[in-house]
Amino acid sequence: MAEVLVLVDQVDGAVKKSTTELLTAARGLGEPAAVWVGPGIDDAAIATLGEYGATKVYVAGDDELAKHPVAPAAEVLAQLVGEVSPAAVLVPSTADGKETAARLAVKVGSGIITDAVEVAADGDRVVATQSVFGGSTIVHSTVTHGVPIITVRGNAIAPEAAAATPARVDVTVELSDAAKKATITGHTAAVKGGRPELTEAQVVVSGGRGVGSADGFGVIEALADSLGAAVGASRAATDAGWYPHQYQVGQTGKTVSPQLYIANGISGAIQHRAGMQTSKTIVVVNKDPEAPIFELADYGVVGDLFSVVPQLTEEIGKRSN
Amino acid sequence: MKIAVCVKQVPDTWAEKKLREGDSLLDRESADGVMNELDEYAVEEALQLIEAQGGEVVVLSMGPERAAETVRKALSMGADAGIHVVDDSLAGSDAIATSAVIAKALEGKDFDLVIFGSESTDARMSVVPAMVAERLGWAQVTFAQKVEVSGSDVTIERATENGSDTVTASMPAVVSVVEKINEPRYPSFKGIMAAKKKPVETVAVADLGLDTAAVGTAAAWSAVNDFAARPPKAAGTIVTDEGDGGTKVATYLVDQKFI
Ligand SMILES: Cc1cc2nc3c(=O)[nH]c(=O)nc-3n(C[C@H](O)[C@H](O)[C@H](O)COP(=O)(O)OP(=O)(O)OC[C@H]3O[C@@H](n4cnc5c(N)ncnc54)[C@H](O)[C@@H]3O)c2cc1C
Ligand SMILES: Nc1ncnc2c1ncn2[C@@H]1O[C@H](COP(=O)(O)O)[C@@H](O)[C@H]1O
Repeated sequence: MAEVLVLVDQVDGAVKKSTTELLTAARGLGEPAAVWVGPGIDDAAIATLGEYGATKVYVAGDDELAKHPVAPAAEVLAQLVGEVSPAAVLVPSTADGKETAARLAVKVGSGIITDAVEVAADGDRVVATQSVFGGSTIVHSTVTHGVPIITVRGNAIAPEAAAATPARVDVTVELSDAAKKATITGHTAAVKGGRPELTEAQVVVSGGRGVGSADGFGVIEALADSLGAAVGASRAATDAGWYPHQYQVGQTGKTVSPQLYIANGISGAIQHRAGMQTSKTIVVVNKDPEAPIFELADYGVVGDLFSVVPQLTEEIGKRSN
Repeated sequence: MKIAVCVKQVPDTWAEKKLREGDSLLDRESADGVMNELDEYAVEEALQLIEAQGGEVVVLSMGPERAAETVRKALSMGADAGIHVVDDSLAGSDAIATSAVIAKALEGKDFDLVIFGSESTDARMSVVPAMVAERLGWAQVTFAQKVEVSGSDVTIERATENGSDTVTASMPAVVSVVEKINEPRYPSFKGIMAAKKKPVETVAVADLGLDTAAVGTAAAWSAVNDFAARPPKAAGTIVTDEGDGGTKVATYLVDQKFI
């Protein structure tokens, strides 16, 4: 069986959940082989990759690779594509992932499909499913030239363990001069709260302009915590400085697809919908019955969020006691 | 400094988007064409850099005849000149072909920077800028929420999943911008009048030294097999809060087994 290369997404050496989703998807296409780019891999990371079925872990661990954005990962993948002729290359649909896939596609002369929510083998073709136009249309597509390079959206595929004992294969890559032209000279880490990662969460509770202030987000956070949820925000709320930018949901923020999305004081502009429309169940609290977000609601309350949300939080508290 | 800005004409953000039966391409005729929103931020950033440092902004668009409106819009915001790549052979081009055309159109023209939006609202791929950087062999400084030029260097703040990175490169470089970077200006009446006299060069695929067989639907390296509308969602239950709104939601969440 041909290998399927999976680019590992990690923060500070910890494998992200999206990688376990990609490995799960890769098992349906061939032998999953994880590709780690940059320093910092340890036994725990290799064990996690093995738990989700990686039979090999390629490690390009040179420090230099982490000093430049995007291009190094594309060069590592391009070298491996040349060496192992994989059945497909799966990359997470993050900004870095999409750009890495883009450069790889040009390098190796392959077609590319972005934001797949499912990948499946059909004979020797790989068929990607995409959910486009805000989830209104389901598309099946195939790469028709070269190795299928597919970026896969987070939280779209349920990770399933299937233990394998991965062989570690160290790879050395001679970076091109072009890849070294841009250099990362500093990093500002997003403040990490104790809540689940926005793009990985099963439940997301969001607030918009209707929340009114940074303090107002207290009621949103309290609801989120009662449900073990992540907190999201509309651009109106992040632009106003009420909530940090990294929690923005939408076209230019994060795309989320949780089991449950609760939108509070959000009108439902198309750019916001683009990031949350594929949520399985949507609950809306908004005082304007005409707000377009109600069109998406499975359950909606026309009312003031400052009375509805605290009451909901209290009810949840009672029920879980 | 000489800056190119790549702008794409896309169907109006609020228009319902559909794929066409037959060729599975986006039905562009049925909606008004507008400049891709994020590309307005790219134009604005280029104008601000030029206003601070002096130089020239050239706007570049690949698209059908009517994409000329989008080039004109950038000129009315303040760009100095336009290049419009228009050719029947381009219909149905994928990102691979689009990036090849844009790279050829930029090559050899002494640009210091080319600025893109970080994503088009119709394709939503976020790949064209990186592909162009790869093809030109220029530095890639993309997803910028801040851009600074000093001497021959460009430094950006790159928005990432886990915060932001400061990235530095010497020019020429490929930049893409996110919407946090600035507030795009509206064209003034004076700007609109002035735009009518600004030069726009119309370029065909062959003029770029590219083969028309290497672009368009037939040359695309990925293909849509089939598509279908997602079955419409059943209308939800909407209630009005009468002092019990929170309790009602709680009951719903219990029914749905969320709590
Ligand atoms: C290029 C571009 C990219 C963008 N990207 C994004 C993006 O990624 N994400 C995003 O969210 N937006 C994005 N936007 C912005 C988007 O167009 C909207 O402006 C934004 O989503 C509006 O946020 P909102 O719904 O919170 O605010 P509003 O539209 O002002 O809505 C506030 C809502 O709160 C309700 N409300 C007020 N008070 C209360 C109360 N006490 N109780 C209950 N309800 C109340 C009101 O009835 C109203 O419906 C983008 C825009 C552009 C141009
Ligand atoms: N046909 C085009 N003409 C000019 N610029 C384009 C074109 N297609 C894409 N771009 C640029 O590439 C960016 C990213 O597009 P995409 O990769 O399609 O999401 C856009 O914001 C534009 O700046």
